[in-house]
Amino acid sequence: MQKFTTLTAPAAAYLKPNVDTDLVIRVERCSRTPRERLGDYAFEMARFTGGNGDSGAPDPAFPLNRPQFAGAGILVGGVNFGCGSSREMAVWAIAGMGFRCVIAPSFGEIFYGNCFQNGLLAIRLPQAVVEALGGALLAAASPVSLTVDLARQVVIAPGGAEHRFEIDPLRKTGLLEGLDPIGLTLRREAEIAAWQAADRARRPWIYNA
Amino acid sequence: MGMTLFDKVWDAHVIAELGGGAQLLHVDRHLIHELSSSRAFPDLAARGLKLRNPALTIGSTDHVVTTNPGRAGAAPWTIRMIDAMRAECAGAGVRYFDVGEDGSGILHVIGPELGFTLPGATVLCADSHTCTNGALGALAFGIGASELLHVLATQTIVQSKPGTLRANFTGSLPRGVYAKDMILALIGRVGAAGGSGYAVEYAGSAVRALEVEARMTLCNLSIELGAKIGMVAPDEKTYAYLQGRRLAPKGRDWDAALAHWQSLPGDADARFDREVGLDVSSLAPQITWGTSPEDVMDVDASIPDSPKRDALDYMGLAAGRPIAGTRVDRVFIGSCTNSRLSDLRIAAAVARSGKVAAHVEAWVVPGSIGVKRAAEAEGLHEVFLEAGFQWREPGCSLCVGANGELVAPQARCVSTSNRNFVGRQGPGARTHLASPAMAAAAALAGEIADVRDFPV
Ligand code: SF4
Repeated sequence: MQKFTTLTAPAAAYLKPNVDTDLVIRVERCSRTPRERLGDYAFEMARFTGGNGDSGAPDPAFPLNRPQFAGAGILVGGVNFGCGSSREMAVWAIAGMGFRCVIAPSFGEIFYGNCFQNGLLAIRLPQAVVEALGGALLAAASPVSLTVDLARQVVIAPGGAEHRFEIDPLRKTGLLEGLDPIGLTLRREAEIAAWQAADRARRPWIYNA
Repeated sequence: MGMTLFDKVWDAHVIAELGGGAQLLHVDRHLIHELSSSRAFPDLAARGLKLRNPALTIGSTDHVVTTNPGRAGAAPWTIRMIDAMRAECAGAGVRYFDVGEDGSGILHVIGPELGFTLPGATVLCADSHTCTNGALGALAFGIGASELLHVLATQTIVQSKPGTLRANFTGSLPRGVYAKDMILALIGRVGAAGGSGYAVEYAGSAVRALEVEARMTLCNLSIELGAKIGMVAPDEKTYAYLQGRRLAPKGRDWDAALAHWQSLPGDADARFDREVGLDVSSLAPQITWGTSPEDVMDVDASIPDSPKRDALDYMGLAAGRPIAGTRVDRVFIGSCTNSRLSDLRIAAAVARSGKVAAHVEAWVVPGSIGVKRAAEAEGLHEVFLEAGFQWREPGCSLCVGANGELVAPQARCVSTSNRNFVGRQGPGARTHLASPAMAAAAALAGEIADVRDFPV
């Protein structure tokens, strides 16, 4: 997995609450679009006129289409960002747009977990902080960069103000070192086998279905 | 201090502490469908990994399969996906319940129906509505595609333990009000992120009074409450539901399992991190007006003057007007929320009282082959067909439109599914979530109607 240590990048804001993963990537893109092309269809219902990434033009009313957000690497989102479906294509689509970090007051839980499986850092900050950061981005006429320092667990605003965030230590190490979760668990095969052997005696019906 | 049901089941599955609160949990039951597992076996092979415990995974086909009567007119790409699923399951030694075969259907319907889902078991699937299985007292949650690979390769999952929330439903349900109304009302009250960070246990006299299938409806919408996990403590109804099912424990296994299950309900002095309560005695039938499940209201109320202007615009609704009387184009009775035999019985009771309005296209899509056959055995299909509903083959269908079955742009659909998101039933489609009874009433009335005005 791709490592994540520090990132300084222009940031974009889309503060709508309850952005669901159906909105991030339509279900038909999940079955028929190669992973590398999902970014072209991210948010397509809101992002393109006619709601279609194949035939529509960028809709100027959609926040992420603002010129100052072109090339952004950090996405500032609203409450309950990524709620709904478990589709990991939503993370692939957001990564496909060029984002490596999403900051929001809260996330859909499955989406949140999926981010870390793909080297994307999801950061929870208090709602007031997110709204202030996002508001400043939306008000700016030219690109504004934020810095994210994962080791120190801070988001650094343009004026230098630091906002500390919490993160599960295992996820933090995973990103800092670019560790592969499956590889790590496979190292525990003996423990898994021993647990199952004991469990077979305890709950034979689980294994006899 | 006593332990909750959730704590007991979680703690019993911890294989290792991974530091910082993360734990390695054993996965007892894993289900795969053709959409979210479509890249899994090739990805597994590409990494040189193999399926660790084939017997603990089952598969079926629900998202892309056509639900046209007789499965007519399936798109070639859907056939290719299903062919791939069948071949991959055969290659990996996974029991696969093929289209139309006994046991096949929407995964969250067949897990319990087959007796694959069991109390006290961990049940995972790369699908957010896996929480449905918690109705049997299982610890069930949805995962992503990467975690799906992790489960296939290791039969485990890495998780941090969430907090606990008890949703206490008291009182008894009035006529025309169901489990769907209970959970929609709760989401309306605490919000679509209200359960975020918690495993929810549904408790209280109104939950104990629900039959097992209705408890599945309750648990199904846990994810719409923001929670990955929803559970109901197993009881005599749970055990009676499971006994004799195809994959449920038999003989001595049954006796041992039953003794274990009876130890699972939470201790009387167990404490929850958060408690919410709802007295259902005066609950009205619920219907959503917006584009999040939290945008919900009593059917006999006026559309709220919400700051969510974009949601009202998308839905083509004006604040301050009654929602009843809003003309509808489509009705969908189906999905892992409300496609079980008991749901179809409730809808059929309403359907018996009239005919589908001429301008409405109304579909009934059973959740599984088992449900379809059972409904046909008691003649429910004839009730629906005579009233003017389409009686279709099992699948996810209009819930998500992954198979190309869609609601047209700006068309209005009353749906028994779980998500009214923008574009969920098709680009521009307007979805109102409600119970099967309310959906059937809307089909007959041709508009959003109060099911209490119908014979229920
Ligand atoms: S019926 Fe709908 S919610 Fe349920 S699994 Fe299928 S698509 Fe998902």
